[in-house]
Amino acid sequence: MRSACVSLKCATCAAVLVALAWSSPAPAADEQDFAQIEYGRYLVAAADCAACHTDPAHAGAFAGGRPIQTPFGVVAASNITPDKETGIGSWTDAEFEAAVCEGKRRDGSHLYPAMPYPYYRKMTHADVLAIRAYLQTVPPVHNQVESNRLPFPFSIRAAVGLWNAMYFSDEPWKPDPGRPAEWNRGAYLVQGPGHCAACHTPKTILGGDHRDRAYQGYSLQGWFAPDITDDKALGLGQWSQSDIVAYLKGGHNRIAAASGPMAEVVADGSSHLQESDLRAIATYLKSGQSRSEVTRPLATDNPAMKAGAAIYEDVCSACHQLDGTGVPYLIPDLAGASSVSSREPTSIIRVLLHGTQSVATPTEPTGASMPAFGPQLTDVQIAAVATFIRNSWGHAAGPVAESDVHKARKDSQG
Amino acid sequence: MTGFSRRELLSGAAALVLGEKLVAAEVIGGKLPFPAGSAPLPGAVNPAGWRFFTPAEVASIEAIVDRIIPPDPQTPGGKEAGCATFIDRQLAGGYGHRQGLYILGPFQDGNKQQGPQSEQDPAQQYRAALAAIDQHSRSHDTAAKTGRAFAELNSEEQDAILKGIEEGSVELEGLDGKKFFENLITDVQQGFFADPLYGGNRNMCAWKMIGFPGARYDYRDWVSRHNEPYPHPPVSIQGRPEWNPKS
Amino acid sequence: MAQKLPHMDVAIVGLGWTGSILAQELTDAGLNVVAVERGPWRDTAQFPPNYAQDELRYRIRHELFLRPEQMTFTFRNKMDETALPIRTWGAFMPPNGVGGGGMHWNAETWRFLPSDFVLRTHLLKRYGAKFLPADMTIQDWGVTYEELEPHYDRFEYLCGTCGTAGNVQGKIQDGGNPFEGPRSRPYPNPPQEQPFAHTLFAEGARKLGYKPFPQPSGNMSRPYTNPLGVRLGPCTYCGFCEWFACANYSKASPQTTILPVLVRKPNFRARDNSEVTRINLDPTGTRATGVTFVDTEGKEWEQPADLVILSAYTIFNVQLLLHSGIGTPYDPRSNQGVIGRNLTHQTISDVIGFFDKAKYRFNPFIASGSIGMCIDEFNGDNFDHGPHGFVGGGYMGNVQTNGRPIETTPVPPGTPKWGAKWKQAVRDNYQCTIKPGTGVHGSMYSYRDVYMDLDPTYRDRFGRRLARMTIDFHDNELKQNAFLTDRFAEIFKAMGAQQIQKEYRKGPYDITKYQTTHLCGGAIMGDNPRTSALNRYLQSWDVPNLFVMGATAFPQNAGYNPTGTVAALAYWSADAIRKLYLKNPGPLVHA
Repeated sequence: MRSACVSLKCATCAAVLVALAWSSPAPAADEQDFAQIEYGRYLVAAADCAACHTDPAHAGAFAGGRPIQTPFGVVAASNITPDKETGIGSWTDAEFEAAVCEGKRRDGSHLYPAMPYPYYRKMTHADVLAIRAYLQTVPPVHNQVESNRLPFPFSIRAAVGLWNAMYFSDEPWKPDPGRPAEWNRGAYLVQGPGHCAACHTPKTILGGDHRDRAYQGYSLQGWFAPDITDDKALGLGQWSQSDIVAYLKGGHNRIAAASGPMAEVVADGSSHLQESDLRAIATYLKSGQSRSEVTRPLATDNPAMKAGAAIYEDVCSACHQLDGTGVPYLIPDLAGASSVSSREPTSIIRVLLHGTQSVATPTEPTGASMPAFGPQLTDVQIAAVATFIRNSWGHAAGPVAESDVHKARKDSQG
Repeated sequence: MTGFSRRELLSGAAALVLGEKLVAAEVIGGKLPFPAGSAPLPGAVNPAGWRFFTPAEVASIEAIVDRIIPPDPQTPGGKEAGCATFIDRQLAGGYGHRQGLYILGPFQDGNKQQGPQSEQDPAQQYRAALAAIDQHSRSHDTAAKTGRAFAELNSEEQDAILKGIEEGSVELEGLDGKKFFENLITDVQQGFFADPLYGGNRNMCAWKMIGFPGARYDYRDWVSRHNEPYPHPPVSIQGRPEWNPKS
Repeated sequence: MAQKLPHMDVAIVGLGWTGSILAQELTDAGLNVVAVERGPWRDTAQFPPNYAQDELRYRIRHELFLRPEQMTFTFRNKMDETALPIRTWGAFMPPNGVGGGGMHWNAETWRFLPSDFVLRTHLLKRYGAKFLPADMTIQDWGVTYEELEPHYDRFEYLCGTCGTAGNVQGKIQDGGNPFEGPRSRPYPNPPQEQPFAHTLFAEGARKLGYKPFPQPSGNMSRPYTNPLGVRLGPCTYCGFCEWFACANYSKASPQTTILPVLVRKPNFRARDNSEVTRINLDPTGTRATGVTFVDTEGKEWEQPADLVILSAYTIFNVQLLLHSGIGTPYDPRSNQGVIGRNLTHQTISDVIGFFDKAKYRFNPFIASGSIGMCIDEFNGDNFDHGPHGFVGGGYMGNVQTNGRPIETTPVPPGTPKWGAKWKQAVRDNYQCTIKPGTGVHGSMYSYRDVYMDLDPTYRDRFGRRLARMTIDFHDNELKQNAFLTDRFAEIFKAMGAQQIQKEYRKGPYDITKYQTTHLCGGAIMGDNPRTSALNRYLQSWDVPNLFVMGATAFPQNAGYNPTGTVAALAYWSADAIRKLYLKNPGPLVHA
């Protein structure tokens, strides 16, 4: 449970601090500096620390213990409340910064990159200290966390040193002088505290980023974090800047609704950001180039397409409309959403099997849900309707295999 | 090793697990609970076999439903439509033992407008009625040396008995025949028109008979198309044949 | 021994329409509110558009409704008869679960007439005391249409009600109901599209000089965002509305209009599957201290609160008041007491029109819950009753909401009930018959011998006495209905029906025949504590920190669906609580 602080009202305050963060020399983390603490709280939302460090079922805010599933096993996030014994209350600012930005624990050993330090490395010294200052004000919670629950040989932290050699860049973030301030602010937020690439960039087998395919989407544990480049077919090319802002602010826009893991990001993170920061993020994301070639959709008389069309017409159209356009801000626009024809059909299979609940935010409180069709439809039928949706209304994505659905269904029953 | 995932935390103030805990009291606050993953699914009937009726009762009830809804060249009768299967599964389930109804005593007869007050549940009533119908059939059989069971009579003879029960001229031992017959017609006709997943209305034959498109949900394109035939085939909750790819 | 819970400012009994409205208003006022609901949490996602359309499950087996096993009532027509338990529902369908009746209603959203609220005064003035039956106990409400108008408006905009206004600030509008009370502004959404049969009815009505208008509908004619920011989708005319939950967010319900916002508030909590068994009073009996409820494990809990809102369904409200010893129970013989008096329902009838199979194809399955073209010429006191010898009336219209086959097998009179002829008749008539359902929606006024009390014999699963209904039709309503049904049938004739079957409402009142769930009264509002249980703000005369919502407060029922008025009264009461009561807790009216 978040500490019951006053809600963020300091728009001007934070704006001033943004200016400060860019220009002035780094102040020490000052527990008494209200402005710094407020800005730290803002950044904690942007960096979404709570996603890993707060376990709502136990302990308290930022008290750790929340198990994080990695492809290599389970790691538990640490206690970052100011508790002196089990938290980071007795750490120095330098030790805190080393942990956040270099992945170094207090005793010098490595943090596992489940802690996204390669991205937080991009944060400025002042921002890190602001986060530190805020974290010093949350209620201390006594909660001893055993972080390393990985099986051998992953339990050997020293091995992370090798990983860092491949995937960790010690270079701090530098603004691009050829770009406007808004673009640079967006780049900073996305590459640094936002650590969007952690989910949205394809990974190598060792879990490092494929840097040449930044933000082109990645499958993790039953969801496909979509392509968020500016690609017209596969990414956000059809979204305007205000579509992106509305999505991050409220969780909904005229095309899509945030659900699954992104629902949490919106609820705990981006919905707390100021409009100017969200516009900056949008500006940065939309500054790429469309790269995909137009591929041909499956023919309408393809057997899976015909079956999928029948299912769609009989069942899906009740909410998503016969032309796939949904209801703006309530029911996603399948026709207009590039994530429908994403490189991998993980998300669409998942949503069909299990349903999902879209995020509810103060500006968009409805929180509409999609029901689960897994119990009603067979694997063949789900593959058919997914195929139909991914090859209609301008989409072109090839067939969805029954075996993919079968595997997803089996995996989720574990 | 940044391939971590967001775990799925059930929403709600407490872990609100619906499904098997559907009737447990919970406190709700903070977030709308998300019940989609454990929504109450309809129970589809496996049409093979019988769960309630004995073989003799099967013969009787199949004959009866075929008289209540006789077959004709266009549309199957009650038997082929699965009405007997429907009633069998209903009697074997909650309907048969009045699940959810008020069955505390004392039981007293009231007037017609006070509704059913019988101590017998539908399962008991059907058992008694089918036995009584066969008993009546055998004991009043003038055409054969050994009295025939109801299922062995011809259609006219069967109709005569059923009409008699309906009018009260044929009394059934152990129960109110007229009331039973009213319920029987209702049950047969419900089985005929209900969604096929309950065992009756096989292949949506009853819906095809009247032109009811079934479990469809979107008629927006048709509201203002007055006096036009609706062209799409019926679909049941379990779908229709076109839902499966045919190569 | 009941375990005591932490104190809350407000305890709300029942989280249906009025519970949700009051919770929303009182949490906005900064109070800590807990709502205790007997039934389960319900959400749209539990009723997806691949199996919400299950007629057997929801319409025939009543899955969304209260199980009589959990709670029922006993019924008799007359005081000298023995009441027997309603073992399976028929005449009305009590709700259960979060959303209450609002989850599975039709969403027909009407206002009462201005004259309905001052009925006694109005009728006495126009027709004289001798015109009314001696045992008719109608009363004025203590509140006027003008006072309620802004609250009707509020509910209609909350729901996105779709319709054509008939009277905006005194100006009669074409296409709307010319008899309605003046409204401050038009409906928030245009009316729904009307299918063939309903359009034909309007044409027939116009031929006879009537002014048909679309029924005000809580099924959205287009996407809508309400003032709380909650979004609804467009209705798809699926024909599975009343008795069913809506699968695609297009029917106004607490789920689709209030709960998403309410649940997020830190000062609101709901408890589901928890049945309130008693409103607790202090030793003086004039102050509520909270409520006691039982959870699904049979454990008893005490919820202390400063303010109690009783917002369950009509009969449960009255039953709880009786079990809690609040107010004097009504005794029909002495005509003393208030709790249980003036019970009413609705006087419903229908006409079935059989049309030429070769020429007409109605597609009855294309419909919504509040579809329909109606006329109001015979409602309330909209016509001169002098020559006819009865009072009251109702709207009438083709309001056929569905073509679900189990319940839609109209056959001409004289058709056998089974066999080959029946089957053929069903086949021949399904597509070319109009069967409105609640085509004539008449009022039921109140009588001395129509009331509620506690049954002497039958008990619920906790061993508490069941509520007992004593109710029968009186001549006034039967006359009213005969007259209205005849007028209704004339319209079918004008439509060109080949054969018309009139189904008059005939006595005695029959608990097995569905007549809407519009039970009203039992703890009525008024200006006199001797003849009412609540003052004009729905505040209990006996226990000032108890407010009782719902149609329970109606002194008699009018010829309209009650929910619009129920909600308007809830907003009106919430307004009084916020502006008057919270500033100065105590009786708001001194009689």
